[in-house]
Amino acid sequence: MRRLYAILVAAGLIYMLFVFLGTLPLYGKVDLSNRVSAHFLAKDVNSVDVKKWVEGDKQVPSREKIYGRKGFEDESANVVTSIVVNYRSFDTLGEVTVLFASAVGIGLVLGGMKRMGYGRKPNFILRVSTGILLPLIIMFGIYIFVHGHLTPGGGFPGGTVIAAAVLLLYLSNEEFVANMKTSKSLEGSMGSLYVIFGLAGLATGGAFLFNFLPNGVVGSLFSAGVVPLVYMTIGLKVGSELSGVVAEIHEEREG
Amino acid sequence: MVYGISIILIGIGIYGLMTQKNLFKHIVSLSIIDTAVNIFIVATGYVSNGKAPIYTRALPGFSPNSFVDPLPQALVLTAIVIGVGTLALGASLLVRVKEKHSSINVENMKGVGE
Repeated sequence: MRRLYAILVAAGLIYMLFVFLGTLPLYGKVDLSNRVSAHFLAKDVNSVDVKKWVEGDKQVPSREKIYGRKGFEDESANVVTSIVVNYRSFDTLGEVTVLFASAVGIGLVLGGMKRMGYGRKPNFILRVSTGILLPLIIMFGIYIFVHGHLTPGGGFPGGTVIAAAVLLLYLSNEEFVANMKTSKSLEGSMGSLYVIFGLAGLATGGAFLFNFLPNGVVGSLFSAGVVPLVYMTIGLKVGSELSGVVAEIHEEREG
Repeated sequence: MVYGISIILIGIGIYGLMTQKNLFKHIVSLSIIDTAVNIFIVATGYVSNGKAPIYTRALPGFSPNSFVDPLPQALVLTAIVIGVGTLALGASLLVRVKEKHSSINVENMKGVGE
């Protein structure tokens, strides 16, 4: 009986959502010139007129090269990064705060004294390959968050890759215990560094998280001003935070 | 098409939330709904034959609708991270529930008032 009701409710909800789909443009048939995102793609939020721009009119002609040039509002080649860490950076600060809150919550709920064992010896292949792969995995994580403004990726995926390296250490060694003091202090200092970047922007540019560094050329490693620095702090913060979560999951209370 | 997949996944998640008695399956259902909503938001920004919104040597400039919409992707990036946080917090709470009530099945919990 309960299953029948559940099927009916779920089917009703699915039907309702399918009806709502009629108000949306068809899949793949979106016209970007009607959307706010065209401003972000043009790298000029304040002055560009998107309708004229898309039609190839004077203001910023369409098909104009953006890669390899300078003089835009935001110079990161990856537009998603420029939205996440530049235009909507305050939102990202809130997101990092939510992640911090959940890591603190996990620490409060699960924190224990000693490390939980798996009760069996790790596989030989796992132990040996960890020694070979660990530096490569950490280097790959650092590569991802350093190149966040040029390639897909950024601070959050890079930090997650680093946390995966810590998880590999836990899996391959029964005695391994992460140094929680280091991870907590790295996490705290990186979180405050993000706020300090914001306050520096407030002092120099008059707006919180203002991009106060020189912008450089679109597509080069030293470009986009404050964006790579912020993504590095986010990467280290997320990496240490998720490593702390992995460590806390492996703890157990006495008795 | 992709809209349909995400809506059906939302329906599956709601069904799981209403029928399952194991609390871990509730978390799995919530995670399915989370993923489905993320798929839906990303799909609203898709442009046919659009490329990833990154300026490279191969795609140096902007022409109308050559890139997909970057804004939904940025929003989903936020949503995924928060989804990870809530999932981990919920799973860790379940560990404590299992310790206190000896089960995570709603019907077999000990010490819970009817």
